[in-house]
Amino acid sequence: MTTIARPRTERGIGASVTRSDAIPKVKGEFAYSSDLHAEEMLWGATVRSPHAHARIVSIDLAPALAIPGVHAALTIDDVPGRRAFGLEHADQPALADGVVRFWGEAVAVVAADDGETARRAAAAISVQYEPLAPLIDPEEAERIGSTFRVIEIVNGDPEAHGSVVVEGYYEVGQQDQAPLGTESGIAIPDDEGGVDLHISTQWLHVDHEQVVATLGLRPEQVRLHMAGIGGAFGSREDLSLQVHLCLLALHTGRPVKMVYDRAESFVGHVHRHPARMWYRHEADRHGRLRRVEARLLLDGGAYASTSSAVLANACYFAVGPYRCDAVEVHGAAARTNNPPAGAMRGFGAVQPCFGYESQMDRLAAALDIDPVDLRLMNALEPGDHLATTGQLIEGSLPTRRVIEALRAMPILDTASDDPRRLPGGTGLTTPAGSVRRGIGFAVSIKNLAFSESFDDYAEARAVLTPDGLEIHTSAAEVGQGLVSVVEQLARTVTGIEAVRMVWVDTSQIGSAGSTSASRQTQMTGGAVVAACEGVLAEALRRGGGDRLDDRGVWRGEEMVATLADLLADGPIEQLERFRHPPTERPDAQGRGNIHAGFAIAAHRAVVDVDPELGLVRVVRVDTAQDVGKAINPAAVIGQIEGGIMQGVGLAVMEEIILDQGVMKNASFTDYLLPTFLDAPDVEAILIEEPDHWGPFGAKGVGEPPTISSTPAVVAAIRAATGRDLTRVPVRPEDIVFPE
Amino acid sequence: MTRFTVNGTEHTADPVGPESLLTTLRDRLGLYGSKNACEQGECGSCSVILDGELVCSCLVMTADTDGSTIVTVEGLADGDTLHRVQQVMVDGSGVQCGFCTPGIVVAAAHLFDSRPDPSEEDIREALAGNICRCTGYGAIVRALEALSGDGQ
Repeated sequence: MTTIARPRTERGIGASVTRSDAIPKVKGEFAYSSDLHAEEMLWGATVRSPHAHARIVSIDLAPALAIPGVHAALTIDDVPGRRAFGLEHADQPALADGVVRFWGEAVAVVAADDGETARRAAAAISVQYEPLAPLIDPEEAERIGSTFRVIEIVNGDPEAHGSVVVEGYYEVGQQDQAPLGTESGIAIPDDEGGVDLHISTQWLHVDHEQVVATLGLRPEQVRLHMAGIGGAFGSREDLSLQVHLCLLALHTGRPVKMVYDRAESFVGHVHRHPARMWYRHEADRHGRLRRVEARLLLDGGAYASTSSAVLANACYFAVGPYRCDAVEVHGAAARTNNPPAGAMRGFGAVQPCFGYESQMDRLAAALDIDPVDLRLMNALEPGDHLATTGQLIEGSLPTRRVIEALRAMPILDTASDDPRRLPGGTGLTTPAGSVRRGIGFAVSIKNLAFSESFDDYAEARAVLTPDGLEIHTSAAEVGQGLVSVVEQLARTVTGIEAVRMVWVDTSQIGSAGSTSASRQTQMTGGAVVAACEGVLAEALRRGGGDRLDDRGVWRGEEMVATLADLLADGPIEQLERFRHPPTERPDAQGRGNIHAGFAIAAHRAVVDVDPELGLVRVVRVDTAQDVGKAINPAAVIGQIEGGIMQGVGLAVMEEIILDQGVMKNASFTDYLLPTFLDAPDVEAILIEEPDHWGPFGAKGVGEPPTISSTPAVVAAIRAATGRDLTRVPVRPEDIVFPE
Repeated sequence: MTRFTVNGTEHTADPVGPESLLTTLRDRLGLYGSKNACEQGECGSCSVILDGELVCSCLVMTADTDGSTIVTVEGLADGDTLHRVQQVMVDGSGVQCGFCTPGIVVAAAHLFDSRPDPSEEDIREALAGNICRCTGYGAIVRALEALSGDGQ
């Protein structure tokens, strides 16, 4: 294993440093994209389709334009450049182009003096639709070939079979990312036909590419600036209002602001793919996995978004972190008239984990083996090959250690008579004596950073100033704590304490890549380390010393140059572009070195269930997680607790309900999110085995907490109730009235 | 015209019809600290203290606040000296994206003003109207528990 460098400063890597944006955030002074304003600013609003599928017969803008204070009403005909956008395939019209393909699709946009007038103007636009039959069943879609991607994986020994067989069918409902900050931003036209867009996004540069293309401008005419981000979880990977804001600003010649309300946010971003999954596991009589066959069907909704990559993840991780002699996976991402699905924390690894971990428990029962023993027996380790793609596991993958550490953790007894700790809570519906407790265990694997030969890189610039070190980046700080990670890495590498992360616009630096795939600690972190090493080397060269700190360069105990001295010959700055080890496209049978790295997590859930009312309280979810190296342990724990909460939400309450493609619960009243009273206690063990790339061996930590927490909770409910529970979220009727 | 006091300063506003206090605070007074996450009273991000009561400012009509005294998140700190609730949120890693944070610090400040020694369950119940999507709540509860019964 690599030797980890010791922090040279107290606030370097390994310390739970307080994040530098915390004080403005607790004071209400931090500027989110919804808090921005400009002189002479107009407000935008969007007209959205009331149909899941319809032909647009006509659009009459005149009633809106007749309202005093309305300055613009625009349709697809006002889009000067490419008419469609998309993260991987440009298939989504910037505004509906003759046809609407999902409920809530943007049809027209308006700008007016204030938000209320803009909303009235949007309502005044008269759109005549000819409704068409919506395709809402993903199985029907696959049958007729309406898919974004189909993947077949065949790997291993075709003759391999096991004598113990379990089969199952599982479903995962559609989860919303529900970041607290809705989509919002402001576009400000310059006086030369260009525009500055201030936006909250997960990937500034890919937004820039798409906005430039739709506006038909030169890249340098459009500058995107990162504004404060109120959470993301995948919902800010695709464009929402970026193009609309720029169109309105360029058309009116005035700054335009838009802020989605919560209902609009639900249709304004993609969601986690709902899934239907058929599984067949075969093991020998000792429990060794011999064959896994799976059919995975994801509903991608109306537009491509990231469906092809999400499906790929679902298929590649269809077996989980286990060895297996033979694998056959068929996966499809269906194209329907449901709202588009795309990225959400876990990105395709979440859905199959519910399937394969449910299967592992069934297999353990059929074998009469302890379910944790069964997982240990089959655990994937370095030197093994991923059962699906055949990729050799390099770097660290402490699957056994993660499982064993969690199994060895004592379960803290949190039994309580406080009714707020019982299922049903303050409703006082559940007498303590009728509660049944269950415990469940699950394990997951997730890739780190982008895969399938994508040219994945991050740029960062380190700039030495007389006041300290600045790190320039476009990387999205969505709340995860990248700001601390970057500053800590820079301190450890350079020895300078006064480090400041500075977000610069798209004209001033190259892409940092997306804040997704758990990738920024490794990717932007990797670029920051390299840039800081360059600055350090130049500072030591100019100063003629062997150590740098906030005062200057030192040789032994003697200071030989102040920071100001060093900069007398010009600035010291270093721009670096970091890439992870290259990856490959899959071959015809779905095999290859497709991923850059992996991380493992295990979860153990304790639940209390009122079996009569079907109410569940998740008492605790303990975890062990493979983190490589914890750059900021408190921030890692924050990712773990927050990620587990989203996994618990998917297990027991979070689901978007669709009826004929129409969303029935697009609000925080009807789409339930876990509250302070729903939150389980969490104990976490961080397993630190440095990875083969990434700063100081660190791995991304954001997604793993969300993946196996869901099946662990469901396994615990099964243990408490004896029900099969093949669908998440588990509803009260699934417990009370099983089929 | 509606006259009210916000964080010790008197203001006059001319709200349009049923305009919410949240809209007035943000778009007329430029007090962007109170957040608009659901505007339905479900998430608590817009929490303010209105005449001593904790309310969701998105559910209050500005026209009904004539003569009221309002404290928003901007009114909790004393210059660079944070309110103790804000300080423990900073020190205890209770902040991630921070969008829910203003509402949580206002609700927690109200809780500790009215009840100096809440139990963990009391804290959870008092804040059950504040949704956080990032933290899983654990760090916030631990941070606030440390304040319970500290005598201030």
